[in-house]
Amino acid sequence: MNIVVCAKQVVDVGEIKVNPSSGKPMLEGIPKKISDIDKNACEEAIKVREKVGGKVTVLTVGTPDAKERMKELLAMGADNGVLVTVPDKADHLVTSTLISKAIQKMGGADLIICAEASIDQFSGQIGPRVAGLLNIPQLTYCYKVTAEPQKLTAERNLGDRLVTSESSYPVLVTVTKEVNQPRLPSLMQILGSAKKPIEVWGTSDIGAADLKPGIETIDIKGVAMSRKNIVFKDDLDESVSKLADSLSKEGLLG
Amino acid sequence: MTNRSLSLLTAYQRKDYWGDKMVVVYSENQKLACEMLSKARELSAELNEKVTAVLIGNGKDQLSSELIIHGADKVVMTGASLSDLKAEEVSDLLCALAKEEGAGLMMIGSSKDGKELAARVSSKLGVGCSTDSKKLYMRDGSICSERVVFSGNGVAVERFTSRPAVVTVPPKAYDPLPADVGRQGETVRKELPYGTYGSRTVKVDPMLSEGANVEDAEKIVSCGRGFKNSADIKLIEELAGALKGYTLGCSRPIAADLKWLSEDHWIGLSGHKVKPKLYVACGISGQVQHVAGMRDSGLIVAINKDANAPIFKVADYGIVGDLYQVLPKLINAIKART
Ligand SMILES: Cc1cc2nc3c(=O)[nH]c(=O)nc-3n(C[C@H](O)[C@H](O)[C@H](O)COP(=O)(O)OP(=O)(O)OC[C@H]3O[C@@H](n4cnc5c(N)ncnc54)[C@H](O)[C@@H]3O)c2cc1C
Ligand SMILES: Cc1cc2nc3c(=O)[nH]c(=O)nc-3n(C[C@H](O)[C@H](O)[C@H](O)COP(=O)(O)OP(=O)(O)OC[C@H]3O[C@@H](n4cnc5c(N)ncnc54)[C@H](O)[C@@H]3O)c2cc1C
Repeated sequence: MNIVVCAKQVVDVGEIKVNPSSGKPMLEGIPKKISDIDKNACEEAIKVREKVGGKVTVLTVGTPDAKERMKELLAMGADNGVLVTVPDKADHLVTSTLISKAIQKMGGADLIICAEASIDQFSGQIGPRVAGLLNIPQLTYCYKVTAEPQKLTAERNLGDRLVTSESSYPVLVTVTKEVNQPRLPSLMQILGSAKKPIEVWGTSDIGAADLKPGIETIDIKGVAMSRKNIVFKDDLDESVSKLADSLSKEGLLG
Repeated sequence: MTNRSLSLLTAYQRKDYWGDKMVVVYSENQKLACEMLSKARELSAELNEKVTAVLIGNGKDQLSSELIIHGADKVVMTGASLSDLKAEEVSDLLCALAKEEGAGLMMIGSSKDGKELAARVSSKLGVGCSTDSKKLYMRDGSICSERVVFSGNGVAVERFTSRPAVVTVPPKAYDPLPADVGRQGETVRKELPYGTYGSRTVKVDPMLSEGANVEDAEKIVSCGRGFKNSADIKLIEELAGALKGYTLGCSRPIAADLKWLSEDHWIGLSGHKVKPKLYVACGISGQVQHVAGMRDSGLIVAINKDANAPIFKVADYGIVGDLYQVLPKLINAIKART
């Protein structure tokens, strides 16, 4: 079975600082990482391969430095990687078109796994978009995936109800954080991942040279939040009584 | 791929397709549909477009008039032959409708179903999509949408360069228009094409709910993984009881992994967004994804044994200490003051 895991390199949102004068998030110099739930996606792909056999390819649309991050997924157990260089202007339309064209260039995939959403933009668009472009079924928000040679069954959390769905292949699946616990690669696996191939494709290599985005991000506004940050850390009884006094003064005990 | 769906696809991907005749509103949640209709009316005046609401599937006839009295000019009922409303088929119907009627803007309710649907629809139409749009307006002739990014640390202003603009709208972003019972509109039944796909729904189970309405709560006391087991949550219930008029909340792992509380308690980026007057976080580390759901609270109180926990950076008041010692003392202190 040919399995493709879509993984995005993101800025570590937990590390974002706010520019004190403009109130805007400062994105330069923030450490980058593989989006959290993409590791769950990779883990699930490896599990499926362990069960039904096949090959796991990590596919990333991103900047050249993403290659380093992709190695973490190869260390977990993915077989190879493809990095498609992202054009200057990319939106969901561009990114998903590049992903689907890259999958077509690979000769197609039986199973494509994405995360329910990325941690930085969190739109959840890419999975369903890729499924739409390839015109294949999409099983979203899966917290349990059971792959068999001829069909895949998934338990899905749709917020207001739990849905069990099944599909023939090819199918695109998006997984939640709860689907599994991503394995931590051993030192040997980390060293071994250096030998696994990562191909770098340009947009023209996959016949997608002049894509136009459907939206432009024209501004990222800051979100002000100022807090008192009064932390009581001394004697517990004293701390508790100070907190209770403060709450009472704020009129919140009534 | 069937021939029918192939020809559909190529039609949409024609570069010259640029609708401007109507604003389409769709949600399985009728209340949300009415909220979106209110915004659609406002924009349709600027766009000079008509507002069409869509009802998909069987047995929706009685819903049509409600949509009209809340602002729809027209209601299209389609997909009567569909017993299973999956994103694959429903997106084909919406694409066909957008094409046939020349949609300039599609507003889809931002449930999980709505988001996966909107993304699929926009990929098939070859257009941009803005999910969880908090604000929607025209600027210099373009449709713009604002949405929260970077886990609550920023708001992106997205400008559409493609049409139809597809957006998903969360509940309560807009107030519905008052019902205008005299309002006239047409209701049409339409058979639209859809493809056949290899997926099917096997089973649908209701989501367990304890009826916590955290979105409307005035005071929320929330628990995280700092609690050692589910039985200990009674401690927080006692605190909440002392605070009067509380609602119980929790972090994602408490609901989604451990299942100590049902998911209606889950607060955060991927859960409920809340803005109570008072938010007390006990044994919650304060990762950005949790904070994204409660950052608009009036006053934030944190109890955590780790002085470096990020929750203290977003708190007004905090106590560094073991919650198993702090909570009983705090409950007594509060009782003594009320
Ligand atoms: C280098 C770079 C430059 C960008 N420049 C712009 C810009 O100029 N303007 C603008 O508006 N946006 C830009 N973007 C953002 C881009 O539009 C979105 O981040 C991207 O389309 C994914 O959307 P999302 O984060 O909401 O992903 P979601 O749809 O939430 O992601 C869900 C899942 O889809 C998969 N996935 C998502 N993105 C990728 C990817 N890149 N590669 C592989 N798998 C993926 C992952 O499995 C992910 O977990 C840029 C992104 C990158 C990486
Ligand atoms: C895409 C994405 C979306 C997410 N969405 C959400 C979301 O919507 N909501 C959400 O909550 N999370 C969400 N998460 C998960 C989030 O990143 C954190 O993992 C989660 O919030 C942590 O929950 P927690 O604070 O309960 O647990 P932990 O991070 O494990 O924190 C437990 C805290 O308890 C403290 N503690 C331990 N023992 C005691 C004690 N005896 N007394 C006092 N304090 C104690 C510890 O110091 C620690 O700070 C999301 C993650 C991703 C990747």
